[in-house]
Amino acid sequence: MELNQLTIHELQEKIKNNSVTATQITESVFSRIDAVEERVHSYIRLMKEDALAAAAKADVDIKKGNIKPLTGIPIALKDIVCTKGITTTCGSRILHNFVPPYNSTVVEKLRSAGAIFIGKANMDEFAMGSSTETSYFGPTRNPWDLERIPGGSSGGSAAAVAADECIASIGSDTGGSIRQPAALCGIVGMKPTYGRVSRFGLIAFASSLDQIGPFTKDVEDCAIMMNIIAGYDPKESTSVNAEVPDYRQFIGRDIKSWKIGIPKEYFIEGVDPEVNAAIKKAIRVIEQSGGQCVEISLPHTQYCVATYYIIAPAEASSNLARYDGVKYGFRAADVRELLEMYKITRMQGFGSEVKRRIMIGTYALSAGYYDAYYKKASQVRALIKHDFDEAFKPCDVILTPTTPTPAFKIGEKTDDPLQMYLSDVFTISTNLAGIPGISVPCGFTSRGLPIGVQFLAGHFEEGKLIQIASAYEKNAKIEKRRPTL
Amino acid sequence: MDFETIIGLEVHAQMLTDTKIFCGCSTKFGAAPNSHTCPVCLGMPGVLPVLNKKVVEYAMKMALATNCVINKSCEFARKNYFYPDLPKGYQISQYAYPLAEHGYVLLETNGEQRKIGITRIHMEEDAGKLLHDEHNPVSYVDLNRTGVPLIEIVSEPDMRSPEEAADYLKRLHEILVYLEICDGNMEEGSFRCDANVSIRPRGQKEYGTRTELKNMNSFRNVQRALEYEIKRQQYLVENGETVVQETRLWDDAQGVTSSMRSKEEAHDYRYFPDPDLVPIMIDDAWVKKINEELPELPPAKRERFIKDYQIPAYDVGVLTADKALALYYEEVVKLCNKPKVASNWLMGDVMRFLNEDKRSIRECPIKPESLADMIKLIEEGAISGKMAKEVVEDMYKTGKSPQEIIKEKGLVQITDEGELVKAITSIIEANQAQVVEYRGGKEKVFGFFVGQVMKATKGKANPQLVNELLKKMLAG
Repeated sequence: MELNQLTIHELQEKIKNNSVTATQITESVFSRIDAVEERVHSYIRLMKEDALAAAAKADVDIKKGNIKPLTGIPIALKDIVCTKGITTTCGSRILHNFVPPYNSTVVEKLRSAGAIFIGKANMDEFAMGSSTETSYFGPTRNPWDLERIPGGSSGGSAAAVAADECIASIGSDTGGSIRQPAALCGIVGMKPTYGRVSRFGLIAFASSLDQIGPFTKDVEDCAIMMNIIAGYDPKESTSVNAEVPDYRQFIGRDIKSWKIGIPKEYFIEGVDPEVNAAIKKAIRVIEQSGGQCVEISLPHTQYCVATYYIIAPAEASSNLARYDGVKYGFRAADVRELLEMYKITRMQGFGSEVKRRIMIGTYALSAGYYDAYYKKASQVRALIKHDFDEAFKPCDVILTPTTPTPAFKIGEKTDDPLQMYLSDVFTISTNLAGIPGISVPCGFTSRGLPIGVQFLAGHFEEGKLIQIASAYEKNAKIEKRRPTL
Repeated sequence: MDFETIIGLEVHAQMLTDTKIFCGCSTKFGAAPNSHTCPVCLGMPGVLPVLNKKVVEYAMKMALATNCVINKSCEFARKNYFYPDLPKGYQISQYAYPLAEHGYVLLETNGEQRKIGITRIHMEEDAGKLLHDEHNPVSYVDLNRTGVPLIEIVSEPDMRSPEEAADYLKRLHEILVYLEICDGNMEEGSFRCDANVSIRPRGQKEYGTRTELKNMNSFRNVQRALEYEIKRQQYLVENGETVVQETRLWDDAQGVTSSMRSKEEAHDYRYFPDPDLVPIMIDDAWVKKINEELPELPPAKRERFIKDYQIPAYDVGVLTADKALALYYEEVVKLCNKPKVASNWLMGDVMRFLNEDKRSIRECPIKPESLADMIKLIEEGAISGKMAKEVVEDMYKTGKSPQEIIKEKGLVQITDEGELVKAITSIIEANQAQVVEYRGGKEKVFGFFVGQVMKATKGKANPQLVNELLKKMLAG
């Protein structure tokens, strides 16, 4: 096995017993990038020089015995988290030249833990999309089938891990943007509880739904990443000051006598038969592991997509107002007056999906429509949250498919926004409720496309997710495959 | 036609916190453009606001001082509009759930009390400033003021004349300054006012169409703008035209208001709760704590001054208009126990000196103890009132105590009877003709003798004693 194919915990072992150097690991990642990046396009920007310099420094630390949890581990960052002095585009033309003067909290935490940043990963523009096709910098391709999408919006972060172009990565999840690409790329992806990981420095799409989380090659790596990035941040008012457990302690624990809720609303027509079969199989694995699966109901499930597509665009329409050409980023050339500058800058700076959502959101908040749309959606959101509160009274965890289908073809849904929106049908409710969720690989279709199973837990119960995901990972014995690139 | 005027005011007051409402930048006025900024107040991508608790406490003080009900829970909302001085494209303000509501202030005109309702008080952030190049078609943005905390105080449409509106404004201003939560500087924009005004035929119940007036940066301008606008609306109605609902700008130089934007052009601000901030919960204990911190407010102070010091209402008004002046006065009275004399000196000579130098009482070189000492010296007869006029001026110029000045200038009053009798005797001897006149009934000549004594003693003679002795000795 090449170094770039290993997990964080495997590499940590090798670093600790001095069998590899951070420089070797980093070079191995970059040689993989040299080999496949042209075809996959996981990255908007690579940081090779900085990464090798950081690796050299890490090697000095390692020699001194100063080894931190991520020392020497190459990590990719979704281009939505601000990196001081390094262009951060959010996949948009309007920020194509934006260099943040500050670091996001998550970047600070990872850096303090010794991580080596490899590059800024591709994404749907402003995280608006489920396929990474709306990026101003072109689409990312699914490493398992280059004709297909990797999922989105964190498609670059997912593809980079799946293609071994990094060891782990950071994404963000507003309606499924970590879990859906994790499922479609055959890796582990977690969306933590809203308030668990600081949003400071995460370029906002929908502030009440956005949450940062990790992509990893296995569940143990997910626990390692969560140990670093979780925690209270006084720079964020919605950050929650709750104790963060050591997530690694949940690895390898059994789930005997756990009650696992299977929501009947998630087993509907339109779900791909192969996905359905894989999930049924996953349920059996859970039962064989000692879990007790029971059918439950989340009665407001059918309203999730509609609710989400009011609230998220409404917040986005306000969050994206700052991109006006006045202070930073793209400004239209040859404009003579203010209104013209605003109009042409935003017309040329934003792509069509972003504009569509700004218009939907602006409409939903308009005088005379607010009550019918935004206010109503907020009320339904409370009901959706209540559904989960009720469900978690008897259940430890809920199990669902992560996505209704495996990866679809590039261009297949770009002309049909509604079909695109429905690919997040199983992930959106989590964000509306603010609860954590994880997607774990649960098999392949006959075409060799990955399928993911999703586990959901109550607020701040990421530990339970790690526990069940790790138990499932161990007992399911999903065949280890690598994409052939 | 006889019209009734309806006025409601929206006041924006800058809070005197050291740092901005959602970041740690300084709120100081007058710094180099954009030097008091950070990624948060610049509205950089990815930044988040964190509320300055002090702003809430200051706003609570104003709410309590204006008899408002403080809501147990309130929240921030985003007010969305595009302008280059607004870096996020929205202003963080409060909308559906403000900090406080249902208050009032009392105005007193000619002994008659009027209650002006306060609809609500809410917190928000200030915007930046645009600087327009005079020679080129270019504008610059200064974001130092962006994020400076404001409270907005919205009144009910309870005022019936421009004078009453000005009175109300002065009252709010006085309270804010008394609470030490706002410096009240109108020129620097720390205290700003927009007015809503309409007219209706007297007796009519429904309100007329209102206009909103902006850009008035002094009490006088608020009054002038309202007077102009009322006349304009009356003219329209009397000539069969209609008042259009719109925002109008006051032009100070021209003395007119002109249309800025119509109702149709009005922004749809698309308010919604700011998802980056959590609701603010205010419990009774917090309200109690703030209430205990409140200083004595002007109406209570005025009442107490009249009762304790027995000075005229006019004096009380002047002395309590400025909290520091009231404090100064109380210190003087405490030391000399002469309330009316103290008031006269303070409102007369001392205030005149300060006004001439455009100084506030805080910058007064005369210490309260010195003024009290001087009053005591007059009472004891050590100096005359006339001498005191000279002494107080020197005290103001030098900051020295009255004792020091009297000593230096040899201004000690002659109260020694023997010395004065000697002087009077020689004056009587030298002016026999006048003595005859006086004794013949021409009492006016008495003043001549007083003058002569004062001249001979270089003004140091105790006037009362001179009078007494002269009367006795001239009577022969």
